[in-house]
Amino acid sequence: MVSFTVAGAALLAVLAASSASASDQPAPDCALQTLGVGEGQTLTHYRGKVVYLDFWASWCGPCRMSFPFMNGLARDYAARGLVVLAVNLDAHRKDAEAFLVRHPAAFGVALGDNQACARSFRVGAMPTSFVIDRTGAVRAVHAGFRPGGSAAVRSEIERLLAEGSGA
Amino acid sequence: MRRILPLVVLVACAAGYTTVEPWQREVLARPDMASSPHPGVSAMADHAYESREAAGGAAKAGGGGCGCE
Repeated sequence: MVSFTVAGAALLAVLAASSASASDQPAPDCALQTLGVGEGQTLTHYRGKVVYLDFWASWCGPCRMSFPFMNGLARDYAARGLVVLAVNLDAHRKDAEAFLVRHPAAFGVALGDNQACARSFRVGAMPTSFVIDRTGAVRAVHAGFRPGGSAAVRSEIERLLAEGSGA
Repeated sequence: MRRILPLVVLVACAAGYTTVEPWQREVLARPDMASSPHPGVSAMADHAYESREAAGGAAKAGGGGCGCE
């Protein structure tokens, strides 16, 4: 009985440790062709800032809903050190460009072939967003987009913005 | 030839397995790729079939063929 409890506690400890390490890992680096910023910009360039990195495509419905949310993030937190980057994964660039005409983005949008980047981040759903802290570690992963969860994401970003902002 | 035939068949079948990444599902995500793209049409067809054939299975009881049940 006691040994079962001990084994259970050990198992829980292992599970807790593994889930914590799943999102406190250094973010993989990607070369991005961000509109307006320039070609070949890498993710490490934003070290020292909090990065909201979103993988999207024009055909994905929840991605469409996430654009107003990301516009709000950029508007409210850019001054405090947040960078919003939306990495496009469309097969045809013109689909992404048509989408951007209908849903204007007030944040960084990276077009081009970003499949290798998505693979290195192990994107498992469309959209998937990664919240990267000032040290370059992935602190949160959000698979999919639910408008109801946006308040929680905002408070999480505020917490990360407060970390080390005085330094 | 007879010895390598099963191997050839196996390789040919294995070629059918491939991984589709989430960002490659553009065509698969289209509404007309759904197993039942027009639910209204499917329901009407089911209704006609079940009432004629009395083959409703678990969904419906068999009728007299009038299509009115």
